[in-house]
Amino acid sequence: MTSTAFRKNLGSVAAMALMLGAVLPGVAQAQARDPAYSAARAAGTVGEKMDGYLGYVVPPSPALRAVVEDVNIKRKAVYATKAQANRATVEEYALTSGCLLIAQTRPGEKYQAPDGSWQTRGDGPPMRDSRCP
Amino acid sequence: MKPEQLTRSAVPATVLRMRDSKSRLWRRCLLALPLVASFGVGGCISVKAPDKPIVIELNINIKQEVVYRLAADAGNTIGDNPDIF
Repeated sequence: MTSTAFRKNLGSVAAMALMLGAVLPGVAQAQARDPAYSAARAAGTVGEKMDGYLGYVVPPSPALRAVVEDVNIKRKAVYATKAQANRATVEEYALTSGCLLIAQTRPGEKYQAPDGSWQTRGDGPPMRDSRCP
Repeated sequence: MKPEQLTRSAVPATVLRMRDSKSRLWRRCLLALPLVASFGVGGCISVKAPDKPIVIELNINIKQEVVYRLAADAGNTIGDNPDIF
């Protein structure tokens, strides 16, 4: 193997590794929650609000705040796109999603009841807004 | 002749009317009976003022409609973005 061929191979291997590195985290991110977000959900430090966004049950650490704000910004972007496609307002779409997200919480996770209080999801159905489907 | 005729025709009429007046009153009472009865039975149609003021919250109704319309799409959106939901 000549040094140029070796260099070429090395270059292509490096390029492939770069591509994989660029693609894999993206794939992983599209499939699973941020570990910090998952942990906060499970710990009950964050919960699902009625308005379709995440809320803090207890004052968050700066790191957790950054993660949750990132999730909420991404949610808002998705809500805005979908709301426009469905000729609704962002708030209407977000509220609808909030209904569903609260219904999807697992036992032990926190959610916001119609009176604004934080509740821990039990085995039964959660307390939801009267407008929820 | 003339006054006699007038008197003759007038007298029976007066007498008849006098005789009739009692039964006519009775008939009128009978005619009015259903009306009176409906008032008496009453209750059939009773309009009561509500103790609370009537508030039509259009905002809530419209929103619920919208929520129901969007629910299916929102469910798909949540399923498509498991990283942020």
